[in-house]
Amino acid sequence: MSSAAGSNSALAARAMPPRSADGVRVRAEQVSYAYSATDRSAPKFTLGPVSFEARERELIAILGPNASGKSTLLKLLAGVLKPLAGRVEVDGEEVSGLETRTRAQRIALVAQESALLFPLRVWEYVLQGRYPYGKRLRFESDEDCLLAGNALAQVGADTLRDRWMDQLSGGEKQRVILARALAQQPSLLLLDEPTQHLDIGGKVELLRRLRKLADEHRYTVVVVTHELNLAAEFSDRIALMHNGKCLRMGSPVEVYERDVLQQVFEAPLEVEVRESGRPRVILGGNH
Amino acid sequence: MRPLTPQKIVGICAALLGILFVEGVISLRMGAYPIGVRDIVATLYHGALGQWDVIPSEFLLIVFKLRLPRIALGILVGAALSTAGASFQALLRNPLADPYVLGVSSGAALGAIISLILAPHTPGAIQAAAFAGAAGTVAIVYFLGRRGGQLDSPTLLLAGIVAASFLSAVIMFLMTTLSGRDLRGMAFWLMGDLQSAPSVDLRWLYFLLIVAVGCIFTTSSDLNLILTGEQEARHLGVNVNRVKLVVYIAASVLTGLAVSVSGAIGYVGLLVPHAMRMLFGTDYRLLIPTSAIGGAIAIVLADTLARTIVAPTELPVGAMTALAGAPVFIYLMRRRMR
Repeated sequence: MSSAAGSNSALAARAMPPRSADGVRVRAEQVSYAYSATDRSAPKFTLGPVSFEARERELIAILGPNASGKSTLLKLLAGVLKPLAGRVEVDGEEVSGLETRTRAQRIALVAQESALLFPLRVWEYVLQGRYPYGKRLRFESDEDCLLAGNALAQVGADTLRDRWMDQLSGGEKQRVILARALAQQPSLLLLDEPTQHLDIGGKVELLRRLRKLADEHRYTVVVVTHELNLAAEFSDRIALMHNGKCLRMGSPVEVYERDVLQQVFEAPLEVEVRESGRPRVILGGNH
Repeated sequence: MRPLTPQKIVGICAALLGILFVEGVISLRMGAYPIGVRDIVATLYHGALGQWDVIPSEFLLIVFKLRLPRIALGILVGAALSTAGASFQALLRNPLADPYVLGVSSGAALGAIISLILAPHTPGAIQAAAFAGAAGTVAIVYFLGRRGGQLDSPTLLLAGIVAASFLSAVIMFLMTTLSGRDLRGMAFWLMGDLQSAPSVDLRWLYFLLIVAVGCIFTTSSDLNLILTGEQEARHLGVNVNRVKLVVYIAASVLTGLAVSVSGAIGYVGLLVPHAMRMLFGTDYRLLIPTSAIGGAIAIVLADTLARTIVAPTELPVGAMTALAGAPVFIYLMRRRMR
């Protein structure tokens, strides 16, 4: 009994990300990127140069209006896109030089949509997160099952394990998608607009869980979102993007200045600082 | 959580092979000259031990020269088409994909007919040309089926239907150059037919089948992730381009070799993988081998019915599969639209 408990705690410990040497989990130095319609045409969108840094246990929100470069920056951090200039490092190693499965063991990217072609049970879906660790044909081991179970428990979804994915509510589905990302045992969790299809209760619950993962499990979490107030409430630092540039990077109270927000979002926004010291954005003026 | 194990795959495949064996014995029994089960089993047993002189000459002719080669051909074609269908469904992320529906079988048939006209006596030319026709059609349908850089399900199906009708028109045009005797045989072959023995050694075709199915099987855990989306599969560490290339070539080889020996037999690649999904789940590590054996079972059954249901006249086996497959296709399409 004690040995089983011992092996469980060892696995739980392995589910924790490794400590980074200097505390910096991901670092982007002067990265830039450009999209064009064809190889020869002029770029339709240019990002950067942008510098970005996130440390262990940090939750960072990337904010900005549509087409400001938030998702592009996230994809550069994930290694999905290769920067035209500059470099991105995770735990001191350049991301573009990592083999795809090694990259998936360190970085989990939760994309905006997850459309399944055929029905799948929750536990089958979460076990897919163990793919980067498998051998040929990748038959899942008992350890994989245990880690997938742990991941479900971490997001409070262990009661959903036998449900079909297409029968889950938006909030439940988002938790299961997050569990699959955790089953990858990454050190860096990247989420692209995870609150998009959730009601306010679901949004708060998700961000609370992400906060807990950063605080208690040493994850570095980077979230792209449009939720100004929730980002201010739950994140350590905020990167404010505008026209492909990182306009501000700092604590919520440093970044949320009325003039800056009004300029970036082109809306009559006011900022007030609450007793907790965290800012709150409200709609001001006559509208 | 009960993850898939190799033992489970072996157990289910063994059970399906048992069904295929029983079905094969029943199929050997049926025909104009009925043979008892005991005689068939004895004939097969002596044949397997190489004791040919013990077997009565009429059994030797009927079992080993007439019925068994046809069943072996049915197994080959069913396994090939069914595995190709399951593969195309993952590769193109479309549950309605099937070599016939996508026009890939028509492409292979066109290749085979061109080789029959240009090089009728070159060994293996039909298979090579059918493969080229299948591979070319998949490439065209794949690019026509994209909208805004993404595969679009309805556009892909429309592209397949348009490709199939265009290729059929070209086939019809080429067939007008053939003599009347060749024309009837060709028309029968086009509808899907197992009557004519292939021009190449069946063992070579089985070798190709095993290699191609094996290649797809090695990518099956990657296909499981590609089914959830190509981008997500990449994030999880799948080399999507390599997997797509392997599956594309192997599925085209399977379609080419099936069409080259049996013409365009429709809907097997749609019907069987969906039936296997309903029975055993969506995991491609189990779906690929069960689809291969299930396809063999389906074609042997369809061919047995085709040659006995209106005996002594024989129906093309493609007509039997279309009778069962077309309603299932409509059912799946309507369920998807809801």
